[in-house]
Amino acid sequence: MSPLNIKTGSTSHSAYDLRDPHAEVIEAHTLAVIVDNEAGVLARVIGLFSGRGYNIDSLTVAEVDHTGHLSRITIVTRGTPQVIAQIKAQLGRMVPVHDVHDLTEEGPSVQRELALFKVAGRGEHRIEALRLAEIFRAHVVDSTLESFVFEMTGTPEKIDSFAELMRPLGLREIARTGVAALSRGV
Amino acid sequence: MTKSMTGARMVVQALKDQGVEVVFGYPGGAVLPIYDEIFQQNDIRHILVRHEQGAIHMAEGYARSTGKVGVALVTSGPGATNAVTGLVDALMDSIPIVVLTGQVPTFAIGTDAFQEADTVGITRPCTKMNWLVKDTAKLSETIHKAFHVARSGRPGPVLIDIPKDVQFADAEYVPVEKIKPIHYQPKVKGDIDQITRLVEMIETAERPVFYTGGGVINSGPAASQLLRELAEATGFPVTSTLMGLGAYPASGKNWLGMLGMHGLYEANLAMHGCDLMINIGARFDDRITGRIKDFSPHSRKAHIDIDASSINKVVRVDVPILGDVGHVLEDLLRIWKSRGRKVNKAGLATWWKQINEWRAVKCLTYNNSATIIKPQYALERLEALTKGMDRYITTEVGQHQMWAAQFLGFEGPNRWMTSGGLGTMGYGLPASIGVQIAHPDALVINVAGEASWLMNMQEMGTAMQFRAPVKQFILNNERLGMVRQWQELLHGERYSQSWSESLPDFVKLAEAFGCKGIKCSDPKDLDDAIMEMLRYDGPVIFDCLVEKHENCFPMIPSGKPHNEMLLGDADTQGVIEAKGAVLV
Repeated sequence: MSPLNIKTGSTSHSAYDLRDPHAEVIEAHTLAVIVDNEAGVLARVIGLFSGRGYNIDSLTVAEVDHTGHLSRITIVTRGTPQVIAQIKAQLGRMVPVHDVHDLTEEGPSVQRELALFKVAGRGEHRIEALRLAEIFRAHVVDSTLESFVFEMTGTPEKIDSFAELMRPLGLREIARTGVAALSRGV
Repeated sequence: MTKSMTGARMVVQALKDQGVEVVFGYPGGAVLPIYDEIFQQNDIRHILVRHEQGAIHMAEGYARSTGKVGVALVTSGPGATNAVTGLVDALMDSIPIVVLTGQVPTFAIGTDAFQEADTVGITRPCTKMNWLVKDTAKLSETIHKAFHVARSGRPGPVLIDIPKDVQFADAEYVPVEKIKPIHYQPKVKGDIDQITRLVEMIETAERPVFYTGGGVINSGPAASQLLRELAEATGFPVTSTLMGLGAYPASGKNWLGMLGMHGLYEANLAMHGCDLMINIGARFDDRITGRIKDFSPHSRKAHIDIDASSINKVVRVDVPILGDVGHVLEDLLRIWKSRGRKVNKAGLATWWKQINEWRAVKCLTYNNSATIIKPQYALERLEALTKGMDRYITTEVGQHQMWAAQFLGFEGPNRWMTSGGLGTMGYGLPASIGVQIAHPDALVINVAGEASWLMNMQEMGTAMQFRAPVKQFILNNERLGMVRQWQELLHGERYSQSWSESLPDFVKLAEAFGCKGIKCSDPKDLDDAIMEMLRYDGPVIFDCLVEKHENCFPMIPSGKPHNEMLLGDADTQGVIEAKGAVLV
């Protein structure tokens, strides 16, 4: 399916076939968007994605400059190079947007996500969960006789693989923050 | 010196400071304090509309015919929701307007109060920017910022939602010159390296074409002037989108006419066959490109646009130039002149020979009739009888709109107001009133179809009340002509719901409004009837009964490229495939 949710092939001769047929390669990009910290800005950004049929894999937002009233929105999105370019242009022209950085394109970056895992179990499962948590450098932030809550920071992939390992050991719930990212170096 | 005043007074003060002379609006509970302030002053004229959609289209007509920002004022809830169509219309066509909406008091927001609607939520995707002002201290600054945003960069509609308690409360008024710096400052100068690359292409191109759009008009009269200078100096042909008509004069020798779905044969074939396409302030709309894959396959393309998201959105270009059309054309001309004003003379001569062969096809030819008024004939006569007058044209949406674009000539910018991107039926009548309010002594004609015209006909009351002598030239075919045409071509001639049953008697309707009604059905009487309309000092509803089954040609069917154009009824047998039928 194309991002417009039109079946492939049905629009091959269509005036609405906006995507380059040769650029079918889908890339994931991490965008950092600096915006005015005003009411409605996040709704405006999200509305752009839903209204124009773009994907959001992950989204985080928080104020980063209290005096300057600026927030940073980190968005992980997917699309063909043309779609990614269009997303950046659409974001860039929004009135409350100050800056759009494509961290995937601008060079190496650090990407981190925080996750909380609730794992319930007894006996061998409980010990195994604790041992794996140590290997993954997850911290225990809550404990009962029948459960743990682990806290872990890492790349989305690391969090995915820890979740996979916890599933047979009694994983009950996961809470993830979404990706925060910065470019490496100055 | 700052002074304290109520939010309502602040609104009026800020509008005055922004140079606003006219506000189109409709009162209601949530804007009463502002209306009370309007009552107590004489600098700003208020035009009372009959429906809020009319207010927005009037503000659009005002803005497009003056180049200034149009202003509308409506109440909360239904006032705001009725404005939505106009907001999207202005967004699609890049028209600068500021819309002020009343809102229930801040303490009632979220309680489902009477006439409460989430106006900023509803209008967020319908505006360039919108604000809910919850603090009177921020009101004047927000209004000044709104005007800046509406007119800067790619212009568009903005909305300010003002709760009633904010209108009553007192705060310090912040004048324009004292507001905090606004970071939204779109770049107007184009990149010199890219402009130089384009100049190099201009110097060698064999088959160039200027493809111009509404961006030239929005950039201001200087941009149109520069376009004319550039076209004359290079000798390149010029075509334009529906939105850009008038930027280059219809009488200019390089003029090819409008391009696109119902564009001229020579314009579309020039686009298809060119080797250098210079897009100036247009956006490769689907009405223009037809099938993308076969759109102008052998050309290098340059695109001048102030909106980065318009560049490479639909069609990939070789030379992207981000900037204001006026500024870029100025640099372009300067660089081209300084390098010796070179063009490929031999190539151009062959190219013009080819274009003149296409012109000789005379694609606008139609079968005239001695007994029935053909819509094309009606517009030819209107054009002939109003030529040289201080004339502004608005239209509704449909066949009549395309014929108006084909058969009327525009010599200057800001003379042609039509709903292009959104295709809003009901736009033309209120827009014509907005134009007439801005130009009280000019001739303002709304070329309409009877079905579109009925959508906002209540605004004739506004025209009467404010003595706006707008001429409503209705090409009445008792059909939704464009829908009927598509049903004929695509849906086996099954004319589902596309006729206008139970139409009013337009002459009596005119009398009921207190204006003049004229009916004409015989081609022999048409000139006299048009002259009667032009001579009448006041609004006229002209019911021009035309051929009911006329189709609009040329036509590029959906999903076809430019070189597969239909020129007349004989070409239409089985041309549109099932694939094309899914398109609009």
